[in-house]
Amino acid sequence: MSVETLDRIETKVFEKTKSLLDTEMHYCPGCGHGVAHRLIAEVIDEMNIVEDTIGVAPVGCSVFAYNYLGMDFSQAAHGRASAVATGIKRVLPEKYVFSYQGDGDLAAIGTGETIHTCNRGENILIIFINNGIYGMTGGQMAPTTLPNMKSTTSPFGRDTKSMGYPLKITELIAALPGTYYVTRQSVHKPLNVRRAKKAIQKGFEYQKLNKGTCFVEIVSNCPSNWKMTPVESNHWMDEHMLAFYPLGDIKVPNVKEA
Amino acid sequence: MAKVKGDIKIDIEKCKGCVICVEACPEDVIAMSNEVNQKGYLFAVKIEDGCTGCTNCALVCPDAVITVYREVKQKKEQIAVITNVTENITVSVDK
Repeated sequence: MSVETLDRIETKVFEKTKSLLDTEMHYCPGCGHGVAHRLIAEVIDEMNIVEDTIGVAPVGCSVFAYNYLGMDFSQAAHGRASAVATGIKRVLPEKYVFSYQGDGDLAAIGTGETIHTCNRGENILIIFINNGIYGMTGGQMAPTTLPNMKSTTSPFGRDTKSMGYPLKITELIAALPGTYYVTRQSVHKPLNVRRAKKAIQKGFEYQKLNKGTCFVEIVSNCPSNWKMTPVESNHWMDEHMLAFYPLGDIKVPNVKEA
Repeated sequence: MAKVKGDIKIDIEKCKGCVICVEACPEDVIAMSNEVNQKGYLFAVKIEDGCTGCTNCALVCPDAVITVYREVKQKKEQIAVITNVTENITVSVDK
């Protein structure tokens, strides 16, 4: 006689989500872009809005985001992703529109577009990956590069006297009345990944309310251009980047209003 | 307290060997292999049985190569009541 036990059953608790395509990503080992892509795909799959979502890819490392995310995508000129997203959202107001931009794209060449998009309060979600360096072009200094941080164009460290101070664009746009939800997260530890996912989910959910721009900054690493191993770069980020760019919600909607 | 049992499967051909999962694992069941995959990276492998299925490794994996399984305890339900047994009987239950 065979005895079958019913009290233990093995279930799958985590697998790659469907709208993150099987294509191998071109990102360097340990890059935070991969996690950010996966979180977006997971949120979209959980909300079941794959058919109703349009993304806008930037210029930078994430220029090929449309190869990895299985939804409608457009790719904008350098820095203009938020402007393109504005156009898409205005023509198709019932769609969920998000732009995915790096710091060289959003905070340097696209500062004007970003500030005016947020000031107009366009109902889009902007996801901003901040790794403090121009990754794709070979590690040049970006506006978000920390003081005394070495890059190929500041080989002795960023001297704030001649090169200026890092730009905290997230705090800057949080001050604008057009923004509805502004937060800063990171994806280097399991806890932070869970929080970042919640933030992205809120960003998509608030789009339904038509209250203004949602802005999620994700502080990320760049092991290749910081000249570190992925694990070292995460520790360095924890110590230095997060000291300058503290994590947490910067502007949260008034619950009574919503 | 009995530990929850879990298991992970790693797609070794897509792994880029960034070691972030090794760092994230609280039970230290993941390590890097001595061999390389087709791309030339040392890939992550599960070396011990202590996995609890906490999904930490999968959450931080940038290339989403880890699938996590967990044995879930089910509540035992009473499915039949047998009374007045006089001889040997066999009871079978369909799931």
